[in-house]
Order: sequence, then structure tokens, then C-alpha cells
Amino acid sequence: MQPFIRVAGPAAPLPQPNVDTDVIMPKQFLKGVDRTGLDRGVFHDLRFAADGRPRPDFILNRPSWRGVRFLVVGPNFGCGSSREHAVWGLAQLGIRALIGTSFAGIFNDNCQRNGILTVTLPADVIADLMAQVSRPDANGLIVDLPGQTITVEADGRTIPFAVEALRRDALIQGLDGVSATLARHAEAIRAFEASHRQANPWFY
Amino acid sequence: MPRTLYDKIIDAHTVCPLDDSGQLLLYVDRTILNEYTSPQAFTGLREAGRPVWNPAAALMVVDHVNPTASHRTLEVADKEAAAQIAYFRDNARDFGIELFDILDPRQGIEHVVAPEQGLVMPGMVVAAGDSHTTAYGALGALGFGIGTSDIEHYLATQTLVYRRLKTLRVVVGGALAPGVTPKDLVMEVIRRIGADGATGYAVEFAGPAIDAMSVEGRMTVCTMIVEAGARGAVIAADEKVLAYIHGRPRAPKGMLWEQAAQAWLALKSDADALFDREVQLAAEDVAPMVTWGTSPDQAAVITATVPAPEGEADPGRRAALTRALDYMGLAPGVALDGIAISHAFIGSCTNARIEDLRDAARILRGRRVAAGVRAIIVPGSTQVRAQAEREGLDRVFTDAGFEWRQSGCSMCLAMNDDVLQPGDRCASSTNRNFEGRQGKGARTHLMSPAMVAAAAIAGHLADVRTFNPQEEVA
Repeated sequence: MQPFIRVAGPAAPLPQPNVDTDVIMPKQFLKGVDRTGLDRGVFHDLRFAADGRPRPDFILNRPSWRGVRFLVVGPNFGCGSSREHAVWGLAQLGIRALIGTSFAGIFNDNCQRNGILTVTLPADVIADLMAQVSRPDANGLIVDLPGQTITVEADGRTIPFAVEALRRDALIQGLDGVSATLARHAEAIRAFEASHRQANPWFY
Repeated sequence: MPRTLYDKIIDAHTVCPLDDSGQLLLYVDRTILNEYTSPQAFTGLREAGRPVWNPAAALMVVDHVNPTASHRTLEVADKEAAAQIAYFRDNARDFGIELFDILDPRQGIEHVVAPEQGLVMPGMVVAAGDSHTTAYGALGALGFGIGTSDIEHYLATQTLVYRRLKTLRVVVGGALAPGVTPKDLVMEVIRRIGADGATGYAVEFAGPAIDAMSVEGRMTVCTMIVEAGARGAVIAADEKVLAYIHGRPRAPKGMLWEQAAQAWLALKSDADALFDREVQLAAEDVAPMVTWGTSPDQAAVITATVPAPEGEADPGRRAALTRALDYMGLAPGVALDGIAISHAFIGSCTNARIEDLRDAARILRGRRVAAGVRAIIVPGSTQVRAQAEREGLDRVFTDAGFEWRQSGCSMCLAMNDDVLQPGDRCASSTNRNFEGRQGKGARTHLMSPAMVAAAAIAGHLADVRTFNPQEEVA
């Protein structure tokens, strides 16, 4: 997993509430057995017209948001289906962090497991950031995870945020979760399992 | 200290805390795997050379991409779907996990199949690669959906890195009126609290209306509450749950059953347990619901009209409402009862169990689907299909003009060949009315199976309470 330390780049506003994972990654992109080729699928029906050409009015197709690294999003982003394809696609598109008021639970975990930082901030701060990154000439942000700050490139102002230490360290180190759990906890899991089996023999 | 049922289940599954902010290593008793969210997890195991921690604690079921045509074949014409199923079979064989393949009489939608087999028991934690895993709350278990990375973590370690949730109790007093179903109740809850109303929470349902509800009705409620963002749902097990589980293939037997039953009935929230939030509603206030928008909380009673964006104070929600009405092709002020449909679909993990089919049959018996409406029933499992055929329900459906299909997720998410065309409008017993969910440009109205049946007959959204239910004539 790619470590997240300090990332700079353009941010795009997506203010709609309840953007679901069906919209982020439509069903026709769910039929692979690997993770590849999903960048094309991200927001497919919003990004591309029926003939496959990019819709010029969609924010991610506008020249000022090329190479977008961050999305500033509306509430409950990523709701609905558990499909991790949505997050793989965002990562393949180059998205490194999502900034919003709230994220759906499964989606949020999926982001964490794929090195995408989710930053939760109060509604007024998000409204302000949304307005900022809507400006084609001033949409650049710098997200510093160890320092837990977002810097607006246009005027240098910084916005503090907080991410729990466990999540933060995993992202900074780009940790592989399975290896970490097995290395640190395999014995504890075995011990737990033995007593759990004794307490609930009908589960086994 | 008094504890909630949710906290008791989490405490009993905590291997160790991971920090002091509520993150912990959670032991998970079971998973159910499907062919579309699991392949990359198995590839991860293969690449790392890791075995599955406990293959006996997993079940694999083909449900999302298989066709539901009435004649079943092991082969699937769609090449991508066939490749997913082929890899699924390889993984079942190579990792030693039991598979219910397409022709298996136990095949079906994972959330229908697992309880049917007695695989889900009170006090369990079940995590699976499908958001509707919340269904298992109906059996006094904690179920929740996970992504593919977490499926891999589970398969390799039997655990998940988990954050303890806040708790929300939904207390439903009174009794549901005739013609009003558990689906209407959960849709009303979602309408009230919003599509993010339970984000960050585990929901416990309680109260007389929940006590009176069948286990299958509770499954509908627990399955769909994920549409309010709930990351888990629980209902304390009672005698009904015991009766539901007893005698099922994987249920404990003999002395072990007696011990288990005693433990299960004792597992509930303490009387004075504190919840972070509580929502109360009276079942009498619930009426048949339909959605009019593209989010499950955009719903109203069937006797209402399509709302106007001007009535929405919040600018973000107003914009979303305008966009939803545009997508749905609906104008403010239009009566919901009367919106013409092209399709009717009864299916999904939320509403395709035997009681749902009986409900629909009561409305369809002796009646005909309106001209111009294509109507489809996809049973929740192959066992549900067989049971319905034993009861003669299949003839009621086909006599009415419904297609009687094989089991699968089908047109709930349209990953197989059951896909709507742009502009189609479907009365659907499913759980999501998202843009493009049932097909690009297709319009979905969510409702109960009986309401779908009523709409299919009327040719438009209709109030099921105006249809006289027809019981079987012996």
C-alpha cells in the first residue's frame, strides 16, 4: 500500500449528499476477478456520455481539475453497496484523500485499507473548502497527515484535522493489515478461539 | 455496568483492544462469500501463500451474477460472469470451503441461504462481503458488511480490525395495521432518520411491534436498515427465533441445543442499558410506503404526492431532490398512487422469502397483471422456490402473468442479465433506488412485495389496502 505522508494537488468539489457506490462504480465494472482497469469506471455515467466521450461539464473532465488528488464531498459519501471496486477505482484515478462531513462505514474502512485518507470536518469548514476548491484558479490543497493539516495553496491558510493514531500510523507506513495482524496477534487469536469455542460449542 | 446487546456481543468477541479509542481486534464467527466481492481476496491469499484460518467457518454461494431463467444450467453465457464463477469454484476447491453452486438445491441469495441452513445463531458475529449482511440481526446475531480487503483479513486471521459503534435503539410500539408490512416499517424509519441517520451506529430494534413480527419480517427490517447507514442491527432472540432455527441442517442438536437455547434467550440488552440515541415510533402510524426519488429515504406514504424542492430548507438536500425528480421523470404535486409502471419485480434479500411470496400471492390470486407491465418473481433461494411450488404459489404467479424464476440477486442490482432499459419504471420489492441501480437510466420505486403485486395489477403505483386479499380456496 502506498504510504500517505504529504500530498499536494488539485481538489474537486462534489457537494451532492448520499453519493452511493453504485454511482461511484457502476455494475458493469464489477465483473472482473482482479483489481485492474477500474479508473475508467469511476463516476462512469457522470463522466462519459452514452457514446463514450467525456462530458465536458462534469467537474473531473474540466481542465483545471485534471490530475485531481482530493475530493471535497457531500455528507454520507460512499453509501450503499460494499463494493471495494469503488475505492480501487478512486485510487487508480489518483485520488489520495476524501474530505467531507461524513462517510459511509464500509466505504470508509475500504478507503483505509487502500491508502486513501478520509478526513471528517464540521459542515461549515467543508462548505468553506467546497467554495475554495470550486475556483478553477485556486483549487490546490496540501494534505499533511503527520501534521494533520490541510493547507490551501492559494492563500496558505491551514485547517487542522484529527485522525486516530492507529489509522494514521497505518496510512503513513502503508501497512499491510493481514501481515500486521498475523505478526502481532496470531497467538492471541488462537487463545481467544479456544476459550470462545468452550463458551459457545454450538458455533463450531 | 448495564450493557446493550450489541456491546455484549462485541465484548464476547474482542480478542484484544488495539487502542484506547474503541478500536479492537474482533473475532468473527462466520462469513458467507459471493462470486463478485471475493475473488481479489483469494488472489491476495494466493499471492502471499496464506491458508484460510478456518475453512469450515465460511460458506460460498453463487448469487449475484447467475442468470435466473427458469431453466437452469451450470454454464453461464456471459463470459465475465462465467469467469467469476469459475474462479469461485477454484477457490472453494483449493481453500477447502463449502460451495453452493448454481445447481445446488440449497443455492440462493446468501442472506436467505445462511439462516435457512441454520448457519446463523444468536450471539454470533457474521461479517461478509455484502452490505445487507445486517440481515442476521433478526436472529440475535450481529451481521455487517465488509469490503474485499477485510474479507481477505478475515479469511487469513478469523478477525477484523474493528471500531466499536455507537448504539441506537429503535422502539416500535403498537401493532402494524392490515396491509402494512415490516418493509413499510423500515422504510418509514429510514424516511424519518435519513439515509445517514444511523451512520456510525449499530441499531437495536425493540418494542411490541418487533416482538409481534415474524423472524422473516425481522430479516426484512434488519436487512434494509443499512440504507440508513447502520453498520449492524440486532434484535434480541426470543422463542420465535429458537423455533426458526430448531431442526435446520446446521443447528445444534440434542443436549447442545438445550444449552444453546438457554444461553440465547438470556442474551439481550440489560433493562437499564443506555443507548447513545433512541428513536420511538408507533406502528399504527405506519402506512404502505413507496420511494419517489433516488435515495431510500426519499419515500412517502402511497396516498401522498411527489414533494416540491421548494419545501426543502437545506440547499444540498434541495439540489439532490431536484436532481432526483429529474432522474425519476416526476413533477412535484403528482399523486404517487397512479404513477404508471413498465415493470414489477419481486425479489432480493430484503423481500423474497416464503412469507413475502405468500403476501404477494394473496393480492395476485385470481387477478391479472395489467397490459404493458412485465412482472417478474425471483425467489430468495432455491428452497424458497421449492416451498412456494409445494404451496401452489407458482401457479398463482404464472396465472396472474408473472414470470416465475430461479433464485439469485437478479434485478435488485442487475449484475446478471436481468437489467432494465433507460426510462423503464419498476415497482420493486428491493432495497435500493439509486440512479442506475436496476439498469442505466431505469427508475426504481421501492415498496413491499404486496405493494408490487398491487402495482402490477393496476399498471401503476397503487394502495394495496384497496385490494381485497384472496386466501387460498381449499
